[in-house]
Amino acid sequence: MTDELLHIDQKIIEILKTVSDPEIPVLSIVDMGVVRAAKMNDDVVEVQITPTYSGCPAMDVIGDDIISAFNQNGLKAKVELVLSPAWTTDWITAEGRKALEKYGIASPLSADADKEALLGNKKIVKCPQCGSLNTKLVSQFGSTACKALFQCDDCLEPFDYFKCLK
Amino acid sequence: MNNNLIQYIFGIADNCLILGQRLGELCGHGPSLETDIALTNISLDLLGQTRSYYQYVAQLQGGDVTEDTVAFLRVENQYLNTLLVEQPNTDFGYSIARQFLFDVFHLLLLEELQNSKDENLSAIAKKSIKEVLYHKRFSSDWIKRLGDGTDESHSRIQTAINDLWIFTDELFHQTDADKAMVSQGIGVDVTLLKTKYYKEVSEILEEATLQTPQIEYFQKGGKQGIHSEHMGYILTELQYMQRTYPNMTW
Repeated sequence: MTDELLHIDQKIIEILKTVSDPEIPVLSIVDMGVVRAAKMNDDVVEVQITPTYSGCPAMDVIGDDIISAFNQNGLKAKVELVLSPAWTTDWITAEGRKALEKYGIASPLSADADKEALLGNKKIVKCPQCGSLNTKLVSQFGSTACKALFQCDDCLEPFDYFKCLK
Repeated sequence: MNNNLIQYIFGIADNCLILGQRLGELCGHGPSLETDIALTNISLDLLGQTRSYYQYVAQLQGGDVTEDTVAFLRVENQYLNTLLVEQPNTDFGYSIARQFLFDVFHLLLLEELQNSKDENLSAIAKKSIKEVLYHKRFSSDWIKRLGDGTDESHSRIQTAINDLWIFTDELFHQTDADKAMVSQGIGVDVTLLKTKYYKEVSEILEEATLQTPQIEYFQKGGKQGIHSEHMGYILTELQYMQRTYPNMTW
């Protein structure tokens, strides 16, 4: 989802880009794809966000952070949580995927590849540390609901893999 | 009419709440770090789904009702979850068997609920399906691993499946609220899911070298608010803070 597609005003986008997911501080909520809409209405910026996972505890914090980011810029903001259409990992921007890899989180594969990877059938998840494909699934569930835990058999580092959600 | 809708939502949402609470009991007590994290992640998903349903109920009921009052301030016979989800963790085999027997049903239900005429229920279902796919994959995987594992794991998972089997039929019972919602195109006719459910469960059990129980006697009651003894203990823990310190907030 690019900024153009979301039709969000440049000034509003810049402020939204300063807010990040507290669990993944390198990724702005815009690159994460959780911002669905934002517009100015009678001096109040109305922002719609969608959760990555239903139980994601980060959503409350993200809502508060959005309001405080706008307040710091002298603007009032209101945040609304929308469920439909449901978030998908496809909404993570190219920039966002790069940021994830750099932070040490393997970015989501396509839905079919993801299934093979999470069933441990194929070695296709690339280690974000050394780039090796010689990796193995440790657990389908990782440090947060959106990630699975992997380990690299070459550099031996454990790492998170961002699960595909479609 | 609204009342039927609310009762219908409780029939779905309370399963998520109570199973989420049961799984939450395992936080820090799982048999290994990875399964501990997995089970509590599933718990978190289920509680997240519960919140979406209860927020909708609060909106329908209006007034002072919030998702929290719905979750914490009802009495036992107002919770409409099935008996299956309130069964205790007992051991890892029971937790996995309960999860598996529920996940297969849960996914079938949500796949139909996403076509509901009610926009809110349809949106929650579409969101939840993505999560429940992972739950089902996890529990089916463990059913196979334990069934096709050692003699000990095989016998214990078989025992758990046998013991919990009597609670599966209730998943397909219809209450009056269910029937009313089905007739309006809002609810899912669960009776139509039954054949598919038992077929799918049997296939996975067979792959796990386990026997599908041949039991004709089934337990029911939860959907009418008549629960097993376990429910009182679950609610005592779940509601403790609100009952001890009424209206307390974070």
